[in-house]
Amino acid sequence: MGFEGIGASVRRKEDVRFLSGKGNYTDDINRPGQLYAVIKRSDRPHATINNIDVAAASSAPGVVRVFVGADMAAESIGGLPCGWQIHSKDGSPMAEPPHPVLAVGKVRHVGDPVAVVIAESKQAAKNAAELIDVDYTDLPAVANLTDAVAGGAVEVHDGVAGNLCYDWVIGDKAVVDGVFANAAHVVKLDLVNNRLIPNAMEPRVALGDFDTSSGDFTLYTTSQNPHVIRLLMGAFVLHIPENKLRVVAPDVGGGFGSKIYHYAEEAIVTWAAGKVRRPVKWTADRSESFMSDAHGRDHVSTAEMALDAEGHFLGLRITTLANMGAYLSTFAPAVPTYLYATLLAGVYKTPVIYCNVKAVFTNTVPVDAYRGAGRPEATFLLERLVDVIAHDTGIDRVELRRKNFIPADAFPYQTPVALQYDSGDYQTTLRVALANADWNGFEARRTAAKDRGKLRGIGISTYLEACGIAPSAVVGSLGARAGLYEVAEIRVHPTGSVTVFTGTHSHGQGHETTLAQLVVSQLGVPFDQVEVVHGDTAKIPFGMGTYGSRSLAVGGSAMVKAMDKVIAKGKKIAAHLMEAAVEDIEFKDNVFSVAGTDKSKTLTDISLAAYVPHNYPIEELEPGLDETAFYDPKNFTFPGGCHIAEIEIDPDTGVVEMVNFTAVDDVGRVVNPMIVEGQVQGGVAQGIGQALLESAIYDPSGQLLSGSFMDYTMPRANDIPNMSVATENTMCTHNPLGSKGCGEVGAIGSPPAVINAVVDALKDYGVRHLDMPATGAKLWSIIQAATPRMAAE
Amino acid sequence: MPQVTLTVNGKQHTVEVEGRTLLVELLREKLGLTGTHVGCDTSQCGACVVHVDGISVKSCTQLALQADGTDVITIEGLAEADGTLHPMQEMFREHHALQCGFCTPGMVMTAIDLVQSHPGGLSEKEIREGLEGNLCRCTGYHNIVKAIAAAHPLMHAKAAE
Repeated sequence: MGFEGIGASVRRKEDVRFLSGKGNYTDDINRPGQLYAVIKRSDRPHATINNIDVAAASSAPGVVRVFVGADMAAESIGGLPCGWQIHSKDGSPMAEPPHPVLAVGKVRHVGDPVAVVIAESKQAAKNAAELIDVDYTDLPAVANLTDAVAGGAVEVHDGVAGNLCYDWVIGDKAVVDGVFANAAHVVKLDLVNNRLIPNAMEPRVALGDFDTSSGDFTLYTTSQNPHVIRLLMGAFVLHIPENKLRVVAPDVGGGFGSKIYHYAEEAIVTWAAGKVRRPVKWTADRSESFMSDAHGRDHVSTAEMALDAEGHFLGLRITTLANMGAYLSTFAPAVPTYLYATLLAGVYKTPVIYCNVKAVFTNTVPVDAYRGAGRPEATFLLERLVDVIAHDTGIDRVELRRKNFIPADAFPYQTPVALQYDSGDYQTTLRVALANADWNGFEARRTAAKDRGKLRGIGISTYLEACGIAPSAVVGSLGARAGLYEVAEIRVHPTGSVTVFTGTHSHGQGHETTLAQLVVSQLGVPFDQVEVVHGDTAKIPFGMGTYGSRSLAVGGSAMVKAMDKVIAKGKKIAAHLMEAAVEDIEFKDNVFSVAGTDKSKTLTDISLAAYVPHNYPIEELEPGLDETAFYDPKNFTFPGGCHIAEIEIDPDTGVVEMVNFTAVDDVGRVVNPMIVEGQVQGGVAQGIGQALLESAIYDPSGQLLSGSFMDYTMPRANDIPNMSVATENTMCTHNPLGSKGCGEVGAIGSPPAVINAVVDALKDYGVRHLDMPATGAKLWSIIQAATPRMAAE
Repeated sequence: MPQVTLTVNGKQHTVEVEGRTLLVELLREKLGLTGTHVGCDTSQCGACVVHVDGISVKSCTQLALQADGTDVITIEGLAEADGTLHPMQEMFREHHALQCGFCTPGMVMTAIDLVQSHPGGLSEKEIREGLEGNLCRCTGYHNIVKAIAAAHPLMHAKAAE
């Protein structure tokens, strides 16, 4: 057995289970006497519900019960809560309209749940749902941002004027306007960040169970954060106290943010299980996922940079419209504010920044955090703007970045938009990426491609993000309604093996491996004697779950803190057993020793003494060796780096081929390099998807046109290139591991790199900017439109 | 209800099914073989791929009745009785070709058919094109391609034994 601690590419503990078909995903769980729920969803974008006739459905074969919104309202079931409150620039709280679990009075997007059929089989429930007759009066609908804020637009929620959720600002407008008034150059760019549908491969599932003897509820659900679901659903929706509600999130097949939120179906099956006193399972069809999973992105922005004559950034001024969809999802209001506008300094020493964000309701599926959440939007805006500045001023795009970077000796660095970066070295990640991508050799490759009839381009993005979410006091002051610490329990068993109970949740990240490696390094326990338990509120003290690349930086830090407590107690026990002073006990590689002597005890000797305390300092110490720690981070962490995309366009079809992709990221301390590379590769693929393929399309009436895998272009193996992934790390200075996080960097840094490459390939066609996705049809049209003009010149 | 008789992972079953029951429903719900997954409803994602008479098939796109008399292998039937993994499973593990594991069973079954049907070797491009019918949202495919390339010589060496 080789080295299996921090820094080793240990093969994953979870893989044999997944590779043998022995994973335990929510839909694999079945409870005795289980019924099936099928949800009748609105096919209208916006309509008044006049009547719901459930008579035929209720008497259909196999049907146990049919519930509608009025049934839940009659029992004072609450609406789905929002976890974050933003205040507008005038100090008023955001508009926070009710979000009923089952629609009451109106439906506001295609997919809005209207009724639920509970039946003996899924087929019976499906058949009966077809028999529900909903009498609607259609209302005008708004699907896109500009329509929703136009004068006279229909109100998605009665009384929410102009569909405005909030009108928020950061920065001093007068100061920034003053800088612009005196600038040598001003460069302006209008851009759209396209709406995405996360599409984790496992559709959402919820299984509610009710124990008729104890009155306890259990919800099995595809969640990234079971404790948060227990808190939100128990306290705000169903009024079930924590001691009577268990939430289990077993193996979960990908999340990317979309499985953070508390969804209607979780409340429906839990409540219905109590009503019918039998387990109730709901499994989403993929088509249902498209219209009920929270979507991502969807910004329309105008960005302006003020520059001096040499190209130094003097000030940044931005206005953004952000789509909230029809209701506020759990984290939604935070995404375009504290996860977006606070990132607008990026890696640059821009001295003043002003950003105004208007969050807008539309008749679309709610929008919330999707891999990167706000940071991809900020990065796309900044890195496109920088390339456009280079285009407009003639300054080389790499030199422009270099001269505006925050220097490596400037940390800690206070940005003008609230964040204080702790560490980073952007010149180094840039230099290594340029070398790895053979940037200097590119023009020869462009020429060779031209000889083959192809348009070749190269694009760069130097990005930064904030993750390791988040210091509770800071986010509390910004509107969060929860703390964002993490929890770990380290249970050293009597014979020295260890179980870790973590409040983070693994849905592909490999925590069962990575977190075990921390125990190998800190306690010297062999890898195969460490078990990581996650995803069950009945087993784990508490936890905020996994999102915002927080599992290692925050959850791992909680583990280190708990292991420090184990070591501290172990030293006291060791001191007693070896008749030495506690101060003289040293701990290293599983062994407690008395300094300067050959006396020692293993961790197993100590744990055995702790659980069999025959010779034990019982007056001073409790038996047992089981420690819990809550860790609240002191700051966000700030991964960053450089991504370079190289592409070729076939001018006859407009289709982009990804030729090369190079990533050099700074993610802080790396625990398992193999897993980090995998996380970056996966994130980059999602970024390439956003840049070239993916887009959620609503028609003007509010119908979702891209509502299946037939219509929504997911990246396939042939769309993604081989990637060169490397790290050049500086350590996080404020957590005990030095880790920053790697889950989102790929999706944050890559989209502008790809679009910058496409624009570079089309530079002879007069292209200054392109919005995503850069589809073949879009590029073909640009090439066709420009070709006669070019021929004439 | 009609009956279907088929062999799954070497064991014969006779099961009553509805006419509309899909092969994947038979496997997951009637036989409890939940390793085969359902990730979509349009036959795009490939999470449900199994082998029917040695050929990879999307089990969401075949009726259970169509499988009457066939020999079906699912992800649960790949490893040897002592738990030794199939070379494709082993290479997926070695090359970190899976993250959440949800697409993995279908991906592995497709990959095995791809390797078996290309005894002379597989280029990277052929592997990527061969995965056209399988979606993965986690890995970016990079390590899946590596794993399949690495499994190719192992599988053909083993077949030659």
